[in-house]
Amino acid sequence: MMGLLQSARLDIAESLRARWFLIYALVFGGVLVLLLVTGLTESRVMGFTGLSRLLIVYIQVCMAILPVFILITTVRSVAGDREAGVFEYLLSLPVGLGAWYWGKITGRFVAVFVPVFAAVALAMAWGAIAGYAVPWQAFGFNVLLLFSLSWCFLGIGMLISSLARSPDVAQGTAFVVWLTLLLFLDLVLIGIMVREQAPPELVVGIALANPMQVFRTASMALFDPELVLMGPAAFVILDAFGRAGYLVYGVLYPIFVGTLCAAGGFLLFRRGDLP
Amino acid sequence: MTASPDTAPLIRFRSVSKTFRRRPVLDSVDLDFATGDRVALVGSNGAGKTTLIRCLLGEYVHAGTVAIGGRDPRRHRREVLRAVGFVPQLPPPLKMPVGELVRFAAKVSGSRPQAMLDVAAALGLEVDQILRQPFVKLSGGQKQKLLIGIALGRDCDVLVMDEPAANLDPESRKVFFDLLADRANRSAMLISSHRLDEVAALVNRVVELDRGRVVLDDHVADAVDMASRLDCTVTLSRVEPAFAKVLADWGFADVGGGRAWQGQVAGPDRLRFLGVLSRYAGVLAGVTMADAAHADAPRRALP
Repeated sequence: MMGLLQSARLDIAESLRARWFLIYALVFGGVLVLLLVTGLTESRVMGFTGLSRLLIVYIQVCMAILPVFILITTVRSVAGDREAGVFEYLLSLPVGLGAWYWGKITGRFVAVFVPVFAAVALAMAWGAIAGYAVPWQAFGFNVLLLFSLSWCFLGIGMLISSLARSPDVAQGTAFVVWLTLLLFLDLVLIGIMVREQAPPELVVGIALANPMQVFRTASMALFDPELVLMGPAAFVILDAFGRAGYLVYGVLYPIFVGTLCAAGGFLLFRRGDLP
Repeated sequence: MTASPDTAPLIRFRSVSKTFRRRPVLDSVDLDFATGDRVALVGSNGAGKTTLIRCLLGEYVHAGTVAIGGRDPRRHRREVLRAVGFVPQLPPPLKMPVGELVRFAAKVSGSRPQAMLDVAAALGLEVDQILRQPFVKLSGGQKQKLLIGIALGRDCDVLVMDEPAANLDPESRKVFFDLLADRANRSAMLISSHRLDEVAALVNRVVELDRGRVVLDDHVADAVDMASRLDCTVTLSRVEPAFAKVLADWGFADVGGGRAWQGQVAGPDRLRFLGVLSRYAGVLAGVTMADAAHADAPRRALP
């Protein structure tokens, strides 16, 4: 346990010093400041206003940039450290491989999740002080969804880092994975598949397997209980899961995928050459 | 950690082979090292030295078995590596501050950060001034001193060092040799170098690798006391500023208007010192070297 905590501490400190973290924190903090400054809390779009509206926009922005940010920064730093000889030295010290790997994931998770959470929590606090009604339930689910999305892509990033031996290959692979998941959203390829009358089982299967789509649908269900925005596909989701069931699925499934990938990455890491 | 007396060596390699993309880098290596062995691991680039060290540290998967104190360094990482100090040839580009690196290393190895810093300070590193500096921003010599401090600042049965003295100044090398001498009988040392003359005076055994095979495994005369000193006098035929600077770097004092210099050279550093002198052979008028512990012994005059 001591090795895990030390590894996590080391990774958090390393992240806090890294340029990517500064940009990352600025982007998410900046998005919210921008939303607040431009008066989005005052506007009414599709029936939503105040902090609910802010949460909707924020979660959509997160879906667009959080996965690629986490994937690229994770694989760059992990594969880069390995190539530069950091692993050779630090893993010559008496720290267990499990403690090292899971400590690194824990530290990295804190580094990627805290800015995203802090930004939205501060926005809620500001809203409360300014006299807006805080949608606590939506805020809570929002945080849970962001938690599971962050964990999911961190796990995928660690798996890619274990598979790829060079930062370039790792980065390229991460980008392809992100692009593939992005393409299989209802906005893009799934939409085309529906239009081309692909088998519904296939379309629904892909939609339920793609953690980005799951996140997107769950975040929509948070504010749009009937999933009107989704069209007829909403009937399948609501019939099979119900709104509450889908929200639970939306939180648990990405965590499951992330854990599976992280565990796979650990097995590969433990079985292979470390540096 | 100690090996059972008379039966098992401290370090054992048995039929260790390693291939990278079907290219054999280690080919059925069998080696035993005991406590007290100071081994020069030599060989040209690509001979397999680094791979052998990484197998020893449990960082590579390989065929055959490696054991330290009877334990597999891969399976029993924490227990085994707690007793292994490692100094890499190329310092890792760690961005963390020096204090944090030392704290981490001390914490996971169950030792005191101050003990590591004390060793680094003894080597001439001004630790108070660099504790908050990123490790990667230190000079080559500073990094080397710190990594040696981390390796020697804890109780180790095995020391693995890759070109450890390469970036050290002569004064620091003296201290380094003293530190090694202090541990000579209670640990096994594996010192990797691509040049035997760099490490010859430190070791009592030479293992040479060539294309992944052991081509030489020889015990050598253990005549040089690692903590010994040589009193040296160097006289020049004329004043030579560049040579004067080199001698000053070695801690020599000008005792004759720039034409006569006196100082001490660490015993294991004698070959390196003579190598330096050979570069200025044209201005050398005389060199004397005598064991400082036996100052009354006849002086050996070197041309």
